[in-house]
Amino acid sequence: MEKLILRRVDRDNEEMVLNFGPQHPSTHGVINFIVETDGEVLKKAVPDVGYLHRSIEKIGEIVGYPGFMPYTDRVDYVAAMFANEGYAIAVERLLKLEVPPRAQWLRAVSCELCRIASHLVSVGTMTMDIGAFTPMVHGLRERETINDLIEELCGARLTYNYHRIGGVAFDMPGGWRDRVLKFLDHFDPFLVEFDRLISFNQLYVKRLANVATIPAALAIDYGLVGPNLRGSGVDWDLRRDLPYGAYPHFKFSIPVGRGWYGTPGDSYDRYYVRCLEMAESSKIVRQALESMPEGEITAKVPRNIKPEAGEALGRVESARGELAYYVVSDGTNKAYRVRARTGSFTAMGIIEDISRGLMIADLVALIASLDVVAPEIDR
Amino acid sequence: MTANPVTPYARKTSPRWVVLVTLAVGLVLPLALFGGVLVLSPLTKPAMVAAFVQEVLGHDPATWPYTTLLTGAFIAVLALVLLTFGAVVSGTTVWWEMRVSSRMQSRIGYNRVGAGGFFQWIADAVKLLFKEDLIPAESDHLLFRAAPYFVFTGFALVFVALPFGESLIAADLNVGIFYLTSVTALVVVGILLAGWSSNSKWALFGGMRSAAQVISYEIPAGIAVMVPVLMAGTLSMQGIIRAQGAWPWQWFAFTNPFATVAFVIFFVAQLAEGNRTPFDLPEADSELVAGYLSEYSSFRFALYFLVEFGNLWVMSAISATLFLGGWQVPFVGPEVYAAARGAGTLPALGWWGLQVLSMAVFVAKTLLVLNLVVWIRWTLPRIRVDQMMTLCWKYLVPFAFVSFVATLLWLILVAQAPVVGPATGIALTVVAALLAVLFARQTRANISAVGDRVDLSNW
Repeated sequence: MEKLILRRVDRDNEEMVLNFGPQHPSTHGVINFIVETDGEVLKKAVPDVGYLHRSIEKIGEIVGYPGFMPYTDRVDYVAAMFANEGYAIAVERLLKLEVPPRAQWLRAVSCELCRIASHLVSVGTMTMDIGAFTPMVHGLRERETINDLIEELCGARLTYNYHRIGGVAFDMPGGWRDRVLKFLDHFDPFLVEFDRLISFNQLYVKRLANVATIPAALAIDYGLVGPNLRGSGVDWDLRRDLPYGAYPHFKFSIPVGRGWYGTPGDSYDRYYVRCLEMAESSKIVRQALESMPEGEITAKVPRNIKPEAGEALGRVESARGELAYYVVSDGTNKAYRVRARTGSFTAMGIIEDISRGLMIADLVALIASLDVVAPEIDR
Repeated sequence: MTANPVTPYARKTSPRWVVLVTLAVGLVLPLALFGGVLVLSPLTKPAMVAAFVQEVLGHDPATWPYTTLLTGAFIAVLALVLLTFGAVVSGTTVWWEMRVSSRMQSRIGYNRVGAGGFFQWIADAVKLLFKEDLIPAESDHLLFRAAPYFVFTGFALVFVALPFGESLIAADLNVGIFYLTSVTALVVVGILLAGWSSNSKWALFGGMRSAAQVISYEIPAGIAVMVPVLMAGTLSMQGIIRAQGAWPWQWFAFTNPFATVAFVIFFVAQLAEGNRTPFDLPEADSELVAGYLSEYSSFRFALYFLVEFGNLWVMSAISATLFLGGWQVPFVGPEVYAAARGAGTLPALGWWGLQVLSMAVFVAKTLLVLNLVVWIRWTLPRIRVDQMMTLCWKYLVPFAFVSFVATLLWLILVAQAPVVGPATGIALTVVAALLAVLFARQTRANISAVGDRVDLSNW
């Protein structure tokens, strides 16, 4: 890496080394790509991560178990519910706690709303990176309503800190269920409109189809997860294949990339899988609100959490794919080790391999279609 | 989209006096500029100056020593009016574009400075004037400073041959459209200089993209321009308009199917030359940060923006001139102008009225085309560099050549059988009207498909 940064462009060579970031409009946060280009064509793009590292995993070893929950929001602040849930599940497994059904249902509702919000940001910024500004604003407008709804639920719009070890922090406020349903009635036709506005726009499709194709085998090799993996045609979703929480009780389908306009695994597939997932999330929220059980929203958790020595893994299907917390306890009230496995970090690895021969505009499409967010890469 | 069910939509109403001031300025400023153009464009012609000196000042123009000086003064004031017009039209276009885009994106948009945020463009320009004029230490200082002047000169010179009405043009050059094509090419010199002299990789990419794009698209645009030139038999802007009629079936865009093709090619090429979406590659913000503008700040930046938005008027006006019948008013032929002019050396009042009418028609057509360009910008994504080149060389250039040659054959056909001209004109006009109706219906269907209605409140 150091060699690459310091290498000068030599006189006979037409290549240019370009720092694509860390402050660049389409790197979605402080990420740097060291790009070697020959004119508009890339030789390769090497991601240079670490600009947003906040030692969150180390903080998890210093503060107690419940005290770490607000920090997990910062692991992925675009979809903070999942970061909450993953840590809660890991510690519950350490404590061998049974979470009450109502809490699990509330977790599902909040997470799926959060998934919609996160995917709206993802597809919105993607359209903006391709040069269409209007769809992004439409996406953010819908996300704003979700933020309002989640604010009613837990008082925060971005870093929710809603899930607790053993349950959730608050029950639904009065009338909330109806407001969510009202929003979903408004949101389902919005998705159709969004598709008509941009997803099926021929200019847009031609920019993304057959661009930066990731074959299924390569996606598995690089450990891609979530919509990136499913965009390559691999049918794998933790909510169905390793069910947790309330998900076994819901009926939903898993959209998989089929090469709608090009080859399976191209940028368009990764984009469109997210569009379809929003509709599925909407179905899950409807089912969860319909079948919401009564009862407690949190299990009986001791005030001073001291799990037995051991280790536990909490895996959830986040908006950016599998988000796993690995927590090791040494029997004290502080974790011995906390480790977060995030989808964006592994997605960064594949960029160097895929970026060869792309154009600069395609690199933007590739980064956007992988839906990487800087805090999740660096933690 | 139906109104947001959870979050209410904020409205802002301006005090009455703000509305009045905005309306006053918004009406008086353009009217004063159009009025200046109206009065001064005819008065810069030698015959009119002579008449003016004789009738109004009461001197003999041949012996009065200040006749040349007066002509010079008229020309200077007209130049000032036209440059101000360019700046004001650029600013108001920014305002209009932002208002239209905020409607399209369910945003509120400009609403702070003046009613409807109308004075935002003035506030922006003043802000930019007060900003630090930064010149990067490693840049080529001379070229970096010079680049905006090229861009602005290329823009300002256009107004010399840009028509506004029947007799309203600064100079009706006999090489009019050829002159316009040449001076607009100066803009790309400025952009290329900006890209090169900034000593920034992003700016270099932007400059190179711009050069490749503008030079490529000048070829289909140039060939498409030849179609109306062939049909009119002149390069003069006014001559091209005079060769067309007032009714849509007499416009070049609709009299000849190949001219319709040429119009589409010309429009697309103009979008590309003006660096407008979907061809905004030179300053693609998501790829090149700000392209050739990356290192510019302060008033130099403002100049680029002025030219970029002012060019919208220019390209719309040229489209209206070449293909959409320019300032031709129905039922008002050349003989009506001649009759209204009267026998006196200075034209009669009715003639000025007709000039105002022709100007209104021209401005209306130009604004319609301009609005179309704004809609396109906020609807379409950007294309890629290779797609941009493919579109130009594989599609636009061959089709432009075909329409050029076919127009020659068409002209022979029309000369043999004159009835063909009006027949196709009416047929193509009907097709265009049908397309417009379909567009309106589709828009309504799109709006009602998501359970919404056409809502023009809170504008």
